[in-house]
Amino acid sequence: MLPAIALVVGVVLGLVLEPTVPAAFQPYLPIAVVAALDAVFGAVRASLEGVFDDRVFVVSFVSNVLVAALVVFLGDQLGVGGQLSTGVVVVLGIRIFTNAAAIRRHVFRA
Amino acid sequence: MSAPEGGSTGDRLLGILRPRLRPVDLAVALLLALLGFGTVVQVRSTQDEGVLASARQEDLVQILDDLQGRSERLRAEVATLTATQERLTTGSDRSTAALTEARRRSQLLGVLAGTVPAKGPGVTVTLTDPQGQVSADVLLDALEELRNAGTEAVQLEGPADAENAGRVRVVASTSLLDDADDAGPGILVDGAHLRPPYRFTALGDPATLAAALAIPGGVVDTVGRAGGTARVERSGSLRVAVLRPLDRPRYARPAPDGG
Repeated sequence: MLPAIALVVGVVLGLVLEPTVPAAFQPYLPIAVVAALDAVFGAVRASLEGVFDDRVFVVSFVSNVLVAALVVFLGDQLGVGGQLSTGVVVVLGIRIFTNAAAIRRHVFRA
Repeated sequence: MSAPEGGSTGDRLLGILRPRLRPVDLAVALLLALLGFGTVVQVRSTQDEGVLASARQEDLVQILDDLQGRSERLRAEVATLTATQERLTTGSDRSTAALTEARRRSQLLGVLAGTVPAKGPGVTVTLTDPQGQVSADVLLDALEELRNAGTEAVQLEGPADAENAGRVRVVASTSLLDDADDAGPGILVDGAHLRPPYRFTALGDPATLAAALAIPGGVVDTVGRAGGTARVERSGSLRVAVLRPLDRPRYARPAPDGG
């Protein structure tokens, strides 16, 4: 319950404050959001399977975001930022689809 | 997600406020709030600032390169078109001037050839011929005198009758023939039959023309000896309105200079 409320509060804050993204973070924010989404889908799946652990979620969320940002940052330094962020998005996208499929099987038994 | 939270969700709001709320719960909430916030911010910035704001540096450089090449091409095109426009403008100016000049010349030549009406100062010479002695020779002399005195446009009239309008524009090729018949004296001018009194309308310097006609042994004397009268009237504004159709030359063609 509390996480759902927090999610809504975050969305509302973003809508109300209308902050601009600092130029330094602009390449990383979309990747970070996708990585966080991956962690959230994994958490939903884990909770449906009854193996959800708060700590694991927090650590996986933070490390997901940091690793994704780090990979993109490294890619930028190496001159392959565009390709690497595409790769990260593809990998995270595949994971999200896998988790979504697992969630679907739990919810709809199909 | 509610299953692992166990008892705390069961107690609802009360449970949230309890000290049993562990720090890790707060961390989860904070992370999810951050996720919502970040998602909204990213979506908004993508919508607001379009493609360029989220584009990477090398992409931006590529786009900038493209734009510069494009603007260079467009600038070259502008230069070409400007040059073309200039060429066309001066060309049309030149052809306009040539057209004006050609019109002016055709007007001048038309006065000489008798294809356009003319007006200006000049004299009218009226010759009466009560005794039928004023022949085509006399009229030709009169015409030659007028031409020597610098007349530029001449018409010759007699009283209009049923056959003719009685007016002829006199040009270089005009011919004068005696054409007396039973009805009385007359002349044939370019195929038009005229009867006395004859009247020349000649454009030129009125004083010079009048003097040329009045010299001793000149037209006025000759007509007087033939029993007629010659009356010369100067005028500041006369009109030579009779026109002569322009025949296209059958054999002669214009030859350009040096051609």
